[in-house]
Amino acid sequence: MPRRRGAGAPRVCYIGAHAIEARRRPRAGAARGSLRADPPDENLCFKTEGLTKVYGSGPSAVHALRGVDLAIPERELVVLLGASGSGKSTLLNILGGLDRPTSGRLLFRGQDLTNASQRELTLYRRRHVGFVFQFYNLMPSLTARENVALVTEIADDPIPPEEALALVGLEHRLDHFPSQLSGGEQQRVAIARAIAKRPSVLLCDEPTGALDSATGVRVLEALQNVNETMHATTLLITHNASVADIAHRVITFSDGHVREERLNAVRKRPSELSW
Amino acid sequence: MRLFSLPRWLAPLDRKLLRDLFAMRGQALAIAFVIAGGVSVHLVAAGLLSSLEETRRAYYERYRFADLWAPLVRAPNGLIDEIRRIEGVQAAETRVRVQALFDMPGMEEPATGEVFSLPDGAEPSVNQIVLLRGRLPQSGRRDEAVVLESFANAHGLDIGDTVDATIYGGRERITIVGIALSPEHVYAIAPGQLVPDDRLFGVLWMSRSALAEAVNQDGAFNEAVVRLGYGANEAAVRNALDALLEPYGAPGAYGRDEHISDAFISSEIDQLRTMGSVLPPIFLAVAAFLVNVVISRLVATERTEIGLMKAFGYTDAAVVAHYLKAVGIIGVVGLAIGATLGIRLGQLLASVYTEYYRFPLFVFQPNARGLVVVTAITAVAVGGGAAFAVRRAATIAPAEAMRPPPPPDYSKALGARVTSLPFLDQQTRMILRQIVRFPLRAAFTSIGVAVSGALLIGTLFALDAIEEMIDVYFNVANRYDVQVSFVEPRSRSAYFELLSAPGVLGGEPYRAVPVKLRHRHLEEQMRLMGVPVDSRLARMIDVEGRPVELRPGGIVLSQDIAEKLAVTTGETLTVAVTEGRRPVLDVPVAAVAMTYIGSGAYMPIDDVNALLREGPVVSGANLLVDSARTNALYAELKAQPAVAGVVLQRAAQRNFTDLMDQNLGMAIWVYTIFAGLIAIGVVYNSVRISFSERQRELASLRVLGFSRREVSYILLGEIAFLTLLALPIGGLLGTGLAWSLSRAMSSELFRVPFVIDPPTYGYAALVVIVVTAVSGLLVRRQLDRMELVAVLKSAD
Ligand SMILES: Nc1ncnc2c1ncn2[C@@H]1O[C@H](COP(=O)(O)OP(=O)(O)O)[C@@H](O)[C@H]1O
Ligand SMILES: [Mg+2]
Repeated sequence: MPRRRGAGAPRVCYIGAHAIEARRRPRAGAARGSLRADPPDENLCFKTEGLTKVYGSGPSAVHALRGVDLAIPERELVVLLGASGSGKSTLLNILGGLDRPTSGRLLFRGQDLTNASQRELTLYRRRHVGFVFQFYNLMPSLTARENVALVTEIADDPIPPEEALALVGLEHRLDHFPSQLSGGEQQRVAIARAIAKRPSVLLCDEPTGALDSATGVRVLEALQNVNETMHATTLLITHNASVADIAHRVITFSDGHVREERLNAVRKRPSELSW
Repeated sequence: MRLFSLPRWLAPLDRKLLRDLFAMRGQALAIAFVIAGGVSVHLVAAGLLSSLEETRRAYYERYRFADLWAPLVRAPNGLIDEIRRIEGVQAAETRVRVQALFDMPGMEEPATGEVFSLPDGAEPSVNQIVLLRGRLPQSGRRDEAVVLESFANAHGLDIGDTVDATIYGGRERITIVGIALSPEHVYAIAPGQLVPDDRLFGVLWMSRSALAEAVNQDGAFNEAVVRLGYGANEAAVRNALDALLEPYGAPGAYGRDEHISDAFISSEIDQLRTMGSVLPPIFLAVAAFLVNVVISRLVATERTEIGLMKAFGYTDAAVVAHYLKAVGIIGVVGLAIGATLGIRLGQLLASVYTEYYRFPLFVFQPNARGLVVVTAITAVAVGGGAAFAVRRAATIAPAEAMRPPPPPDYSKALGARVTSLPFLDQQTRMILRQIVRFPLRAAFTSIGVAVSGALLIGTLFALDAIEEMIDVYFNVANRYDVQVSFVEPRSRSAYFELLSAPGVLGGEPYRAVPVKLRHRHLEEQMRLMGVPVDSRLARMIDVEGRPVELRPGGIVLSQDIAEKLAVTTGETLTVAVTEGRRPVLDVPVAAVAMTYIGSGAYMPIDDVNALLREGPVVSGANLLVDSARTNALYAELKAQPAVAGVVLQRAAQRNFTDLMDQNLGMAIWVYTIFAGLIAIGVVYNSVRISFSERQRELASLRVLGFSRREVSYILLGEIAFLTLLALPIGGLLGTGLAWSLSRAMSSELFRVPFVIDPPTYGYAALVVIVVTAVSGLLVRRQLDRMELVAVLKSAD
């Protein structure tokens, strides 16, 4: 397998017939904090229109999403709340190109992803998306450093694995295997792996779900740090309503619908959360 | 997936069992087919073996096949009483037996053969014939004979038809009165031939008085045949016979092991025995390994279920029994497929056998004992393979089992240095770490694949070996086109007459004489060939494939004879001629040569003539013939009363090659399928297990943006690596297997050379690589269909 370190390759991602300039840094002026309730389309990271997802068919069909309209601006930290089974993960997976909607439209920076092919979705994930799951999904046969290198080798402009691990406070655990790391450490390796390629979106599905509160705080700090320093649009699913206080925007799901969407006027640091 | 609904009465555990098996049907079937391979080979070999042995035994018993043959020149009929009085002789018969040349209408070549006498008005007590149609010849009728069925069929002869034959120098026109089979001609082959040619080998049975009159044996006989009593000492009887018959020109009696037809059957039986004992263990060992791997994996995936079952109160024994049942079902399916396949294949092969081995009745009898044996061995192998895996299920503690297992620990794997080399990309590193982390499994996989390649090399080498045998025998050692033998030794001028026959380009005379070669207490009875010192047409070949030069005053022996007599080059042995005045001479062994087919003892023809104190006498000649004018030569030979026998080398070579071509395709297919079964079983299971174990990792890689190609690299790269590793191992194992099979298959009749042509290695490698690729692609399809989200959602 050839290694992919061609740093000089143009950062152009082909999706459908269009070429998207991979805009890692949103235009100047869209500064953090200048949030508006209804941002203009060109400043949107994601826009969905009437998104639905049905699993199965006939009487046993499950309507996981029943028409979701969202507009998520660049660089925001968005928290998704909602009861179990309300469709949060389904939405996140569709936004991340792991799954396709049944109907509706999904735009990523103005590009229509709705009918993208498998190959295009793979490229999309590879270039733009960082994932963090509840279960860390590390490669047990690779050390922390190597797990991160796995991604940096196929990224166009990655940060070195050591630096990514330092960002999540693991600079002293570089050569440990997953079996030698605690749950929180494993999760932070997963975050380092997700951010090492400088993703423009970071999608986290209950990243603290399996962790105790102190460890959870460290993980959230790492995520917030990434959102602030690397300007990645971050979507974070959680069961813990208090985590919503660290977000710019909070979206609450219920039965496949967006029940409520609000902006936090004041945000807390993760260490200030009452867990 | 729900293809069928399970009956209600089925216990819940059994339902789970059937669903488990259905879910892993690909793997289960792969194992079942490997088992079936072993079972069917064993059943075919054991069934053919016992069918052949039993048929032969019954046939010989019923038609009173002889134990000893004692040819001689001429002895009075009254001697029979003394033969019968020898202790250990149960029955004895005297008879007249002569060579004959047949001139068949519509066939240019002369056919050779023999004529036997049948007692007038009585059934012989030894060597009876099976009269299929017609009647026996009337006593005293020189124009009546019974003919061997294969010869009759080849020429469309029926009762009432006539045959022109040269019998002992006299031309006879004989009417066919009956058609028969004979236990002496199950494998009906002319001396010096390897493959039967029904057209070219004829046998007639005539009335004793008529044949005796025709060949100048009135009141006399020239062969005694003897059946031994139960528990008789064959060697003692043979010695007594030799002592009694020596004054009558007897070269010495021989037993069934030197009877050409029976020797071929015995050689076939030996080969079946070898096949039946070498191949099935290979299959069953592979099956045991596969069962171990697959059941280990099943137990590992079902940890939680096992914990639950135990928590609900199922005993360890019940849990163990549960998994053993799964193995049992795989075993039974394998046995059933193997038994069906084995019986079908056995019947097929039996019908091929009846083309070469002429018994009154030959049917494939599945060997019941073989079935029992193979069932027991399968049970042991498969049960043994499962035992280790299932023991783990018994030792799982319920509480521990219900926690998800920690990530496998790669930190303590061997070879950490190598796998940490900085120039490796992470995917390759994952492959290497997987191998060094589970070295035993990797080794077994590699060896399993190697075994499949080895099986191909070890069996298909036989084709290379036979090609080598044919080439050396016909093109290097015996380069004449036609060998002519005279009824009686004749002067050199007879040889020169032959040289001037139409179509003859050149030739060499030979003098053949029956001898006993003695060294210390060892003795071998054979034909000593005298040929010109600088012979170009009939030579012995040394181990390097070079012709061995004859030197005056020395004898050259084939290796098998040298081994039997325990002599080496330079040592002296005693040559005792068993014909004429029976001279005896001590001769040094000049060289030991390789002969793949038959055995030989060669001396310069002048030495043989001198030994016999005769002038330049010849027994016959080896001739080179203009292939455009063979027919003219054949016509001439048929008309020569002095000619007793004709060996047509080109026909012999063609028959051999035809036989090879006919069976070549089938052999290649059968062994390729068998080897393929093993390779598929090993590779498919290995990749499939790897896939299910690492599904989560592979899905994560897809999420990280790796393409399907890149992800399959991790899965298939491992097996590709192990297969590449397996190729040289398989080459070595196959070479070893070929070597031992070449030993095991060699017999009195021929020695299988240990020759493997490079294309055989190439073919084996190709089959292994193709099978690996196909198995890999099967799993790759599952990889492509993998539901990323579903895989990642599960906690395991
Ligand atoms: N692969 C699937 N097949 C069928 N149903 C599914 C699948 N994935 C999710 N669902 C169903 O869709 C609904 C929404 O699931 P999900 O998005 O995982 O909810 P959440 O993440 O909010 O808990 C649930 O009812 C779930 O059972
Ligand atoms: Mg969820």
